[in-house]
Amino acid sequence: MKNPLLAFNDKGIYCAQADVYLDPWKPVNNAIITHGHADHSRWGHKQYITHHMNVPIIKHRLGNIIVTGKEWGETFTINGVTFSLHPAGHIIGSSQVRVEYKGEVWVFTGDYKTEDDGISTAYEVVKCHTFITENTFGLPAFKWLPQVEVMNDINNWWAQNKAEGKTSILFGYTLGKAQRLLKYLDPNIGQIYTHGAVENMTEVLRSMVDFPPTIRITKETKKEVFPGSMVLAPPSAHGTVWIRKMTPYVTGSASGWMAFRGARRRRAIDKGFVLSDHCDWQGLLESIQATGAEKIICTHGYSDIFSTYLREKGYDARTEHTQYEGDENEIAEAKDDETENKEAL
Amino acid sequence: MKNFAQLIKALDSSNKTSVKVDALTEYFRNANDKDKVWTIAILSHRRPPRPVNTTLLRLWATELANIPLWLFEESYHIVGDLAETIALVIPTTKEHSEKSLSEYVEEMIALKKKSEEEKREYLHENWLILNYYERFVFTKLITGSFRIGVSQKLMTRALSKAIDVDEDILAYKLMGDWNPSKITFQELILDEKSQDYLSKPYPFYLAYALEGDPENLGDCKDWSAEHKWDGIRSQTIIRDGALYVWSRGEELVTDKYPEFNAFVGIIPNGAVIDGEILPYGDDKIGSFNDLQTRIGRKTVSKALLEKTPVIIKAYDLLEWEGIDIRERPFEERRVLLEKLYDSIKDKGLPLQLSERFDFTSWDDAVREKAKARELRSEGLMFKRKNSPYLVGRKKGDWWKWKLDPFSIDAVLTYAMRGSGRRATLFTDYTFALWQDKEDGSRELVTFAKAYSGLTDDEFRMVDDFIKKNTLERFGPVRSVTPKLVFEIGFEGIAFSGRHKSGVATRFPRILRWRTDKKIEDANTLEDLKNIILK
Repeated sequence: MKNPLLAFNDKGIYCAQADVYLDPWKPVNNAIITHGHADHSRWGHKQYITHHMNVPIIKHRLGNIIVTGKEWGETFTINGVTFSLHPAGHIIGSSQVRVEYKGEVWVFTGDYKTEDDGISTAYEVVKCHTFITENTFGLPAFKWLPQVEVMNDINNWWAQNKAEGKTSILFGYTLGKAQRLLKYLDPNIGQIYTHGAVENMTEVLRSMVDFPPTIRITKETKKEVFPGSMVLAPPSAHGTVWIRKMTPYVTGSASGWMAFRGARRRRAIDKGFVLSDHCDWQGLLESIQATGAEKIICTHGYSDIFSTYLREKGYDARTEHTQYEGDENEIAEAKDDETENKEAL
Repeated sequence: MKNFAQLIKALDSSNKTSVKVDALTEYFRNANDKDKVWTIAILSHRRPPRPVNTTLLRLWATELANIPLWLFEESYHIVGDLAETIALVIPTTKEHSEKSLSEYVEEMIALKKKSEEEKREYLHENWLILNYYERFVFTKLITGSFRIGVSQKLMTRALSKAIDVDEDILAYKLMGDWNPSKITFQELILDEKSQDYLSKPYPFYLAYALEGDPENLGDCKDWSAEHKWDGIRSQTIIRDGALYVWSRGEELVTDKYPEFNAFVGIIPNGAVIDGEILPYGDDKIGSFNDLQTRIGRKTVSKALLEKTPVIIKAYDLLEWEGIDIRERPFEERRVLLEKLYDSIKDKGLPLQLSERFDFTSWDDAVREKAKARELRSEGLMFKRKNSPYLVGRKKGDWWKWKLDPFSIDAVLTYAMRGSGRRATLFTDYTFALWQDKEDGSRELVTFAKAYSGLTDDEFRMVDDFIKKNTLERFGPVRSVTPKLVFEIGFEGIAFSGRHKSGVATRFPRILRWRTDKKIEDANTLEDLKNIILK
């Protein structure tokens, strides 16, 4: 049997023919990186290749690295294998990786969503034979509402809190979710304040996207400014002393997990907004169908359930174990933000 | 339905009692009378009978969602709530329904008698016209389990605020057997009845926990001592030939304990007894677990009455001959109580006296405390002889001196994030003990959850361990490599058919982290069961 074009080993998704890894989780020589979240872009590789919009993001996160930026659709060939990056719609600068060798095409999605959020370049269907897909929300219980409706709810919530003289604290992942929220918050309602970790990342992205003005919260920020304002913070700031000076406040969280009543209650969040940077159930099924792929490999999320369902539908589907955790998974959030949070304190 | 669904959503969105009460009050101010009656009924666990069984609900929901049944079951396993899963998997349409809560409930009652095909049609139709949250509430009403963290007491408080009727009087009005389909709001709530006032209890006086030695209480001659019973604190009122039993949550529970009706006609009118409701069969006190089978029931079957009879262990008298005697010294109230008891003790009533024991030194008390487990008490109570009956938890006159907890060494197997201050840490743990398998090997079986008992530093260390040793994730819960051993303390223990381990513990908590122990050294389930048999 010939070797598969992409194989899953203990370091990541490996293309032996080109000696290149996709989103490796252990240090390697050549890494193609789909996007800037910590579980996909790790420290310690010799060479990074990624979309040019992701370059400032991973430089901000990983420091001094050797990185080459590519355009959407720009092809580059390594030892006969042709690679190109295509928009994944997950966060700013997030790509799918297309890999072609001797007419056989594989696509690795990294993380993706099908709805155009207006700040990440919209997801593009890439035809392929084998499709490696995430399944973070691969259950029929997940169904997203259009972004405009959710943002409307969020702005109404903010206005209502303001009318009651309360601070609105909205939790969202530092990279991606926070900026997506920021983009559509209505600055006519009031002032938007940011947690240091959110502000740092937003500064990096301001050159690429037009965001409403924000004010970084520092030790000097007076507590009188908070009532009626919006505060954007990473989820790990919840329950810390940092939010105390925003009293009286109401907390909200924007994540796909907020679809479950239990998730919100267990986290003691006042208000949950179901807003995800991943595909919902229907989104996953539709994009799989659109690629025309016959072989589907499920990476992270509800992979086993999802691949069982795909097999029932006639696909050649299987699960591969990876170390991607998904940014909306509590774990990645906690690890990442807790360090950033300490700096802000 | 819209308003009711919004109410449930509001109640569901907050952990704060004040927010819940406000939402309920607002609802009661605006709802029509019929909806009010049904809301009261639903929140006091008077639900319409289940018109459709859950097997059919699942089947019909998957038809509408166009997914296989196994996938629905997998989703249910992850979501954890049947009505919520159904509401999530069914698509939302542009349609909407203007039907009120009471209209829906009446339809559900009528539905019970209809054919399967009609039921299926009814559900399909309504699932599709309701929005997500309405669909969830609608399905909840059908499945019949409404646990949204609103006690009857909280609901009563909100209703009291909305219509300006005293809370205790409302509590009385809401008790008993009334049919929400037939009764009007006027009849149920607004009409004044003279007996409304007869049921009123006194606020409970609560003891403080004694830390350290009882010697610090001073001269033991000033104190009366008795055992501390492990049941439900209650007030039994006999006035005007009627009985009212209140629990400490100031909830009227008369209907749950029909055996106490025997007091009427024997205990004179105008008497209020403070005491503990205890399970009592075969001439001995049962476990709190036995009592739990009675607490949850609105109506009590004859079989349950026979299986788990209850008594009242009386320890104080608050009203006598219709006069409030709470200001009189404890000693005087006790003498009246003991006289009352002497006069009725031959009548075979489910009433016992919580005996005082004589002690001339604090050492005697220590010796008496050693008998507590055997007597099925939690420890001792000290009450100052000359003290009045106060309101609420006040330091000084009543002290509880509890036994040290049972303890056992168990292995950490699952973890969940804490809440509030601890939301960023994994601080809610599940613990397991060893059990022999048929093939001779051993497996870890979950037996208890605990949330407290470690220092912040220890929690941080355990949290770090959990993040690095996660095996699997189930929503917010993670399974963890079994490696850490903790000493778990608990107050009570009993066999239980509802727990996988077959054992239920009361107030489990972490006593300390046994860094000196390996998981092989942890206790077995057998060890735990032996504590019960002791």
